[in-house]
Amino acid sequence: MISAKKWRFKIEERSSVSNSRVLLTSILAILAALIIVGIFFQFYGVSAFKAYRLIFSGSLGSRFGLAEIVRRAIPLLLCGVGLTLAFRALFWNIGAEGQLLIGAVAATGIALFSKLPPFLLLPAMFLGGFIGGALWGIVPAFLKVILGINEVIATLMMNYMAIYLVEWLIHGPWKGPSARGFAYSDPFPPSAMLPTITGTRIHWPTLIIGLVISVLIYILIVHTKSGLEVRVMGENPEAARYAGINPLKVTLLVMLISGGLAGLAGVGEIAGIHQRLLGPTHISMGYGYTAVIVAWLARRNPLAVIFTSLFFALLITGGDVIKVSLGFPSQMINVFNGAILFFLIGSEFFLRYRISFIGRR
Amino acid sequence: MNKAEDYAIELRRIVKRFPGVIANNGIDLKIRRGEIHCLLGENGAGKTTLMRILYGLYQPDQGEILVNNQKINISSPRIALQHHIGMVHQHFKLVPTLSVEENIILGLDEGTGPFTNFRKVRKRISLIANQYGLSLDPRTKIWQLAGGKQQQVEILKALYREVEILIMDEPTSVLTPQEVEKLFTTLRFLVKNGLTIIFITHKLDEVMKVSDRVTVLRKGKVIATIPTQETDKETLARLMVGREVIFCLKKNPVKKKEKILEVKDLHVLNDRGLPAVCGLSFELYGGEILGIAGVSGNGQNELAEVLTGLRKLIKGEIYLDGQDITHCSTREINKLKVAHIPAERIRVGIVPTLSVSENLILNKYFYSPFSRGEFLNYKAIKENAQAMISEYQILTPHYQIPVRILSGGNIQKIILARELSCDPRMIIAMHPTYGLDIGATEQVRQTLLSQREKGAGILLISEDLEEIISLADRIMVMFGGKTMGILEGENIDLERIGLMMAGTKYRGEKM
Ligand SMILES: Nc1ncnc2c1ncn2[C@@H]1O[C@H](COP(=O)(O)OP(=O)(O)OP(=O)(O)O)[C@@H](O)[C@H]1O
Ligand SMILES: [Mg+2]
Repeated sequence: MISAKKWRFKIEERSSVSNSRVLLTSILAILAALIIVGIFFQFYGVSAFKAYRLIFSGSLGSRFGLAEIVRRAIPLLLCGVGLTLAFRALFWNIGAEGQLLIGAVAATGIALFSKLPPFLLLPAMFLGGFIGGALWGIVPAFLKVILGINEVIATLMMNYMAIYLVEWLIHGPWKGPSARGFAYSDPFPPSAMLPTITGTRIHWPTLIIGLVISVLIYILIVHTKSGLEVRVMGENPEAARYAGINPLKVTLLVMLISGGLAGLAGVGEIAGIHQRLLGPTHISMGYGYTAVIVAWLARRNPLAVIFTSLFFALLITGGDVIKVSLGFPSQMINVFNGAILFFLIGSEFFLRYRISFIGRR
Repeated sequence: MNKAEDYAIELRRIVKRFPGVIANNGIDLKIRRGEIHCLLGENGAGKTTLMRILYGLYQPDQGEILVNNQKINISSPRIALQHHIGMVHQHFKLVPTLSVEENIILGLDEGTGPFTNFRKVRKRISLIANQYGLSLDPRTKIWQLAGGKQQQVEILKALYREVEILIMDEPTSVLTPQEVEKLFTTLRFLVKNGLTIIFITHKLDEVMKVSDRVTVLRKGKVIATIPTQETDKETLARLMVGREVIFCLKKNPVKKKEKILEVKDLHVLNDRGLPAVCGLSFELYGGEILGIAGVSGNGQNELAEVLTGLRKLIKGEIYLDGQDITHCSTREINKLKVAHIPAERIRVGIVPTLSVSENLILNKYFYSPFSRGEFLNYKAIKENAQAMISEYQILTPHYQIPVRILSGGNIQKIILARELSCDPRMIIAMHPTYGLDIGATEQVRQTLLSQREKGAGILLISEDLEEIISLADRIMVMFGGKTMGILEGENIDLERIGLMMAGTKYRGEKM
């Protein structure tokens, strides 16, 4: 009988959500995603337990693995922190990838072609990278506020523009004579290279910049007038208008910072790891896209991004391990990202509402 | 069964706690079949919470609900609808871009498979509409309808779902007096056809006029349930507040002061690009309240928006204290000490997810002491909040909780506290007492009067003629974006205003 027994439960809106509940819900969402991806592993003919053991032992189990996690967390941190700010203002910046690439382009231009004294070169590259990313970011901001063009589409399109710009540069004008036919630029002069922690690829100056900035952005959001304007606009645009908040100013500020920080991430990758401009997928591996989920998992809190960026860096590093040792395609990490985002968005419902079972009829 | 004992609804010892408050504290309520039952109570007394429990939006912590003498568990609005209980919310829940019929069948399964049988739907809608004396074209879009008509859609929506018990939460606060009359006619019609109606309001006149019985709540408890015929307004007010209430505004004569606002030949378009204000000119003086009367939709909204810099004008000039503010931004006008109490409080006046204290400085955060340089001063913001909460008796467990969980009237108090507390030069108040209980209403009116004595110029835009007449020194009536004339002193006369609201121009003493 269909009507025999029916679970009954009640759904109620919560009046407030505690931090521990947010943490718990996020962890459950991640676990759910890991289970789903585990099923994929099984279909692929690999035991999920074995795959996860490899992922965690390969990344967390060695000094090299740990160092790799940290160095991959750097671009995620910079992009993710910027995105928390943009998302607070309800500006859906999907364009961190492109903004990162433009940062890399600007840094390369300064490294290779400026005649700056060596001690000024790296500061100039960071500054140039920030400006480049910021310019790439404020174009969609203008388009949205003045012409009403959807920012998701605009930022996404600008990613492609950045990708093709890099491709063109490394195949054309910036193709290095010393690259022996490869599509690379010339290598940077030593004064344009970021120092790393010995034995690792952790370019620590960028890491420190990232950590300091996440604290600064937190202060900006919570303790400043601009931060309040960002929150008001993100939560109720009509009330922002009523309060005399200028939407153009807020959107520009937010995208200037968000784009600029992604630009810094590009500088770090290019000056810390590759030391030359190369193909867009080699520069970034989709850090800008992953950072969207990093910021979302952090629930738009810039301090939490420090931890969520490390978590995704772990997945990327572990993904590399199973790619090599089990022959998985490198897109595996995207499956992870997709599954986690899916469950995170799904879990919003459980944050907003209380559901309790009230027995069986 | 004895007829008097035929209860449609019986609530027994309902308790509902929220963090920091007991919204309903052991409520017993019996609703007779076929009656109009009013719920009365101060802001935050727990009326909305109780009705949300009955409609399945909240679950009671204790207590039981009987519908048609059967104990049931209402775990969601769907269950409520299955038991023929429907609710018309204070803030309508319609999709503006969809048509009337689409809104009505939203969430229902009408037709076969994925296809909707609109012919059948339309037939049923017009059948119901005719039966209850409602006139609506099912194909018009919601955004084209005035507030009263939208409410009819909400009612139709409930009737379409075969609701027998209809809950209405403050249905009259958004309506014009004419629309209220129409609503009452409809309600009587519904009752005659066997429906039962629970009606929440703050207006005692409405209670006396429409209800069969009335229940008074105070601080989450039932104080009394009385047949309306056996009571009067004074008794109800006393029961509600818990002490004797004296309705008397102290309106002292104020000598007219200097000119504050001058509006010359104002032309403004509405959202649809049609003329909303057409060649309006008037002046506002310090120490006076200029009431603006008129049926809603005759340019009052657009006028308020232009004066506060929220809308661009196409022609005309505006001077504040002799200074040209025609093209000033909202922020610039705000800095000239212009307070604005907007018509739509939730949509415009507050940020529901931000805290009480932040909402209390929503358009003041850039002033010292709320910020120093670029940084917010949370100590000053907190002290401000605590002062406002006690001065305006805002019922909230804490100054840091999000505003959205406050009761409707307390949200309005937040806006009023923010706008009236800073000695404004000019106040633009759009139905400022909307949703307030009688005590708070008197307090706000008194505040407006004391601002007037301090020399502020006040523009009171309201559809509540009684409020305008009791407060205003002069009354301007708007019709079709134009002024029909300004009444003053003994010329102020209800009948005359009525005629002007219908479009008759007033020329001098004789009419
Ligand atoms: N979701 C919620 N979470 C926490 N507290 C709530 C919630 N809903 C209501 N309250 C509190 O319960 C109390 C009663 O609120 P309710 O909305 O029922 O009042 P009301 O009688 O409808 O008042 P009003 O006339 O102002 O609309 C208030 O103190 C309110 O702050
Ligand atoms: Mg209410």
